[in-house]
Amino acid sequence: MSGLGAALLNSLDIGLLLFVIAVGLNIVFGVLNVINFAHGALYMLGAYLAFTLMNLLGLSFIVALIVAPLAVAVIAVLIDRLVLRFIYERDVADSLLLTFALLLIINESVRMIWGSGIHTVQPPELLRGSVGIFGDTLYPVYSLFVIVVGLVLVAALWFIFNRTRAGKIMRAAALDRDMAEALCINTKLVVTGVFAFGAWLAALGGVVAAPMRAVDPGMGDKIIIESFIVVVIGGLGSFPGALAGAMVLGLIHGLGGRYLPEINLLLPFVGMALVLLFKPNGLMGKGANA
Amino acid sequence: MKSAILLGALALTIILLIALPWVVPYFYIFIGTEILIMGLFAASFNLVFGYTGMLSFGHAAFFGIGTYATAMLLLHLQWPLLACLLVSMGVGAVLALVIGFLSVRLNEVYFAMLTLAFGMMVFSIAHMWRSVTNGSDGIAGFTLGAFGLGIDLTLGNPAVYYHVVLAIVIVASLVLYLICRSSFGLTLQAIRQNAERVSFCGLNIRSYRLAAFTISGAFAGLAGGMMAPFLRVASPEMMHWATSAEPVLMSILGGTGYFLGPFVGSALFVLLETWITSVTQAWMLFLGIVLALMVMFFRRGILGTFLDWWLDKK
Repeated sequence: MSGLGAALLNSLDIGLLLFVIAVGLNIVFGVLNVINFAHGALYMLGAYLAFTLMNLLGLSFIVALIVAPLAVAVIAVLIDRLVLRFIYERDVADSLLLTFALLLIINESVRMIWGSGIHTVQPPELLRGSVGIFGDTLYPVYSLFVIVVGLVLVAALWFIFNRTRAGKIMRAAALDRDMAEALCINTKLVVTGVFAFGAWLAALGGVVAAPMRAVDPGMGDKIIIESFIVVVIGGLGSFPGALAGAMVLGLIHGLGGRYLPEINLLLPFVGMALVLLFKPNGLMGKGANA
Repeated sequence: MKSAILLGALALTIILLIALPWVVPYFYIFIGTEILIMGLFAASFNLVFGYTGMLSFGHAAFFGIGTYATAMLLLHLQWPLLACLLVSMGVGAVLALVIGFLSVRLNEVYFAMLTLAFGMMVFSIAHMWRSVTNGSDGIAGFTLGAFGLGIDLTLGNPAVYYHVVLAIVIVASLVLYLICRSSFGLTLQAIRQNAERVSFCGLNIRSYRLAAFTISGAFAGLAGGMMAPFLRVASPEMMHWATSAEPVLMSILGGTGYFLGPFVGSALFVLLETWITSVTQAWMLFLGIVLALMVMFFRRGILGTFLDWWLDKK
């Protein structure tokens, strides 16, 4: 029983981190109607900045947690103003191509700046070691911290989208940008803000992930594929969908890693294919038919 | 008049391509072979993107499985090359049919995500299934035997292999071109321009898209098959999305609006790659920057921009 408990906690841990990444992807898609292929690269950038701040400059984890996502958000504003603004009025394919180009550029830049090696980041003093839960099963403190951060973010994002003016403006711009414009909402500012917010979330996920996963040039690639699977399972453009998709994928990883290690790698894709066969719009999505 | 000039230019290009091994340095025979193979790969991608309007980020899967098929048949069964290439086409088509079945029914954004994700799934399988694919080492150490059909060729000679590739690419391109010009191909273009309207005419969009994707997978598989004797190895990297990015960039570079655009793009791409990688390791960075600039400012591509201007001129 305790083994299953640990596997379920693992699932929650993986799932909540995936939620943070995928919800950023979802928000950007909602307002910009663009799937940001560079989203995983921004997540990786967050992790590498955390590595630089902590290991090379000797700053604390808290500083990294605040500074790195903000820095990535600033980069995202530059990307939006200098690159993406050229193609907002064009065909969807152009924006997909452009974010794919950004993915190649950021990936290679990271390789040039930090090298191809694997880096490790230590969790802060307070969050090291393990505690006993479910009787004598030891569970890492840092993983519990990730679960707490994830739950706080789920609540905070729900609150922002449903109870604050900024969240309502974002949702209005996602529903009908022309109408929002007619109601005196500066949609250009909203677009830039939403893109930066999505990048901030991705980078935050990167900083949180850094102490428990390897910081290497392939980490962005892995997470973007996972995020795609999350949004396909949950349904694109849906907040509860992102949460549901992330939890399903978390469970696939947590339980699959424990009970079916040989084909663990394929299970997410099998899950995605099954959802596509029976619910092509995802568990909670709507209107994606061609 | 103008079409006569174009046909003349095309004939001249083919003659020059046939004469190539006798006029250029030895090294450029390899460059020429690579340009032809990648050109066919890019043209197969453009059937889906430029003609049907579906952006696939997972085409390396069909290309790569073609390479693996030919490499494994050569290694284990020593089949004649032509038979191996036909199998490569077949496996490319079957894989495209399976991935396409799950992907074509959803919209453009989903399609791009799904092709990328399934493409990476194939990459992971090639990487992990060591007993069959030999993992990251790939399939190597196979020897080239006969060509098939009783034709006696020394395939190990780069110049001979170049001519074999040239002949296959010309025949395959002709078939692909006829498909694009057929009523089926015109329907695909109509789907790109206005899918809703085509659907109101009573056509099943999904099966047309799936057919285009499958045909494209077959030709990508053929291109991949020809890559095996050329590189002498089939490795998982050929299925990575970095490889999927290549036909995308080639098509954009040459121009997605014309059938020969991807071939021109392939020539520019391979030459650029050769020159840039001799100076710096950061090839992917250039690839990304060139792709971004082309999409932002030069969307019709080089051949496309030229032909648009020239055909428009009085």
